[in-house]
Amino acid sequence: MKRSITRLLMAPSVILLLVWMIVPLSMTIYFSTINYNLLYPGRNNFVGWMNFEFFVTDPGFWIAVSNTLILLGSVLVITVVLGVALSALIDKPFFGRNIVRVLLISPFFIMPTVNALIWKNMMMNPVYGIFAWISNSLGLEPIDWLSNYPLMSIIIMVSWQWLPFAILVFVTALQSQDTEQKEAAQMDGANGWHIFRYLTVPHLARPIAVVVMIETIFLLAVFAEIYVSTGGGPGYDSTNLAYLIYNQALLQYDVGVASAGGLFAVLLANIVAFFLIRAVGKNLTV
Amino acid sequence: MAYLNITELQKHYDNYHALRGINLAIEEGEFIVFVGPSGCGKSTLLRTIAGLESSTGGTIELDGRDITELSSSKRDLAMVFQSYALYPHMTVADNLSFALRLAKEEQSVIDEKVKSVSASLQLDKLLERKPKELSGGQRQRVAIGRAIVRQPKVFLFDEPLSNLDAALRVQMRLELARLHKKLGTTMIYVTHDQVEAMTLADRVVILNAGQIEQVGTPLELYRSPNSRFVAEFIGTPKMNLIELDNVVREADTLHLKLLNASIDFPVARTHGPLPDNAIMGIRPEHMHIVESDGDVMGKVELIEHLGSEAYTHIRLANDQTIIVKTSARTNIKDGEEVQIRVDREEIILFNENDRVFSVVAEEAGHE
Repeated sequence: MKRSITRLLMAPSVILLLVWMIVPLSMTIYFSTINYNLLYPGRNNFVGWMNFEFFVTDPGFWIAVSNTLILLGSVLVITVVLGVALSALIDKPFFGRNIVRVLLISPFFIMPTVNALIWKNMMMNPVYGIFAWISNSLGLEPIDWLSNYPLMSIIIMVSWQWLPFAILVFVTALQSQDTEQKEAAQMDGANGWHIFRYLTVPHLARPIAVVVMIETIFLLAVFAEIYVSTGGGPGYDSTNLAYLIYNQALLQYDVGVASAGGLFAVLLANIVAFFLIRAVGKNLTV
Repeated sequence: MAYLNITELQKHYDNYHALRGINLAIEEGEFIVFVGPSGCGKSTLLRTIAGLESSTGGTIELDGRDITELSSSKRDLAMVFQSYALYPHMTVADNLSFALRLAKEEQSVIDEKVKSVSASLQLDKLLERKPKELSGGQRQRVAIGRAIVRQPKVFLFDEPLSNLDAALRVQMRLELARLHKKLGTTMIYVTHDQVEAMTLADRVVILNAGQIEQVGTPLELYRSPNSRFVAEFIGTPKMNLIELDNVVREADTLHLKLLNASIDFPVARTHGPLPDNAIMGIRPEHMHIVESDGDVMGKVELIEHLGSEAYTHIRLANDQTIIVKTSARTNIKDGEEVQIRVDREEIILFNENDRVFSVVAEEAGHE
């Protein structure tokens, strides 16, 4: 009796969440099996696996998959490594530490679109960007980042966007590190590097796992930065899966193929999540 | 030249003077206990010796070497912390061998040392466990083992037993005493628990407000405290401090005047002038409730029965309360008027702060 009441009370939110998930998923599955091009309305016949075949044999497909994974891996490595290093650096009190902390965390408050625009126009622009000015004042040829190193440019932008998140998590975690343990290590003959290597890094294992998992969710779906800055180009050089799907759906008006791509992205996300959680998840039980 | 010499040690925090000129000489193999109330500087002193706090004046010499400015890793000291500070992600074996591995000792030497230490502390079955899988007492032993394995010149203990429950504390106290006997290494131990201080120490250092009040063996401190502070700090229940009305010296006799009564006893000599408003210090076990011939009268307020003995709280006519230790079975009742007799040879006289007279000390011939 009591149980059925609790279930009844929980039902609205559970049903809402279920519908929220089920409807788009089933519609995507449905679209992925029919011929659904916005340019040819009314010809929505069943085509089986053809949309998947089109998507997978698209010339940009494998590039997009590898770009997605390179982007994910690079940003994860950069944010975790730099995040741990910077957090450890600002852990000790020094004059102006609070200001430095705010500055380090502030990029997180900037929208991805604005972030991309800042990098595109203020930093990486080959004529009046800051990087170009630095190159010029050193007497070097300015680099056209977005055309010559498009994927690396995206990686830089996204890392800049996500580093504050990592720092935020690590700084908080470092505050809970036991000072007596560090002092004990000092008495045991450890120098600063030993303490960092043998105490701080293991202490951060769990926060690192959290950062990796949360960032993975968002980094698989990076879109705004690419859309605003490189537009996936030149060619497919900075196209990831999300952008390729967008390309199919809204530039080539082929909703069917885009839906197939969306399902493939879900599959990829699950594969990546499986390995990542296997790799870092064991830290969560420590 | 002593083994560990502390000379005029000072420690200033921003606007707080934590150590005010500490002078202390510790011999090799001694078990020294720093004891004092909270905030007296005992932990600061220990941490300054360890090098975890930098001193702002004075010197520390260990075994003929000035270590005042050395980093703690180079001082050849080992410390056991209050929270044990075990490395949580390392096994017991790794915790024990951490310092040796940092010192890049041979693996065979490390194994040998870890094995012998873990055997002596009954940790051999726990070597593969992580600290969180251990009980409080086991963690304590790992922390001690981690210190022993390095064979330091001095062990430092920072209130190591305060996180244990009462029964375990007594047991670990015994183990520590046994360990000190076995190793014979110099140990410095900080505690606020005077029972630990009295039972463990060769010599006790009593600190108060950043200064050393008195250094001595536990019995010395108990029998002839140099100051009122030490008298009140050592001993449970506290020493009775009774304000006298007057002190009169006539030839070879001292008369302590209290409430129309006079406690008289012969003296050979006294040290320094005796103030009129002297304070008489006398331990509860050196006062007795008697049928007749008592020195003073008082009214029983409360009797605390502890089983083997009882503490009788007595209010004197001038409203001072004193505690008298009595045998467990007495027929004294609350509210009764009783006579109290004082053991003459145990009386200590104080002025405002310091001891001015004590039979024991004067007879022994030193201050």
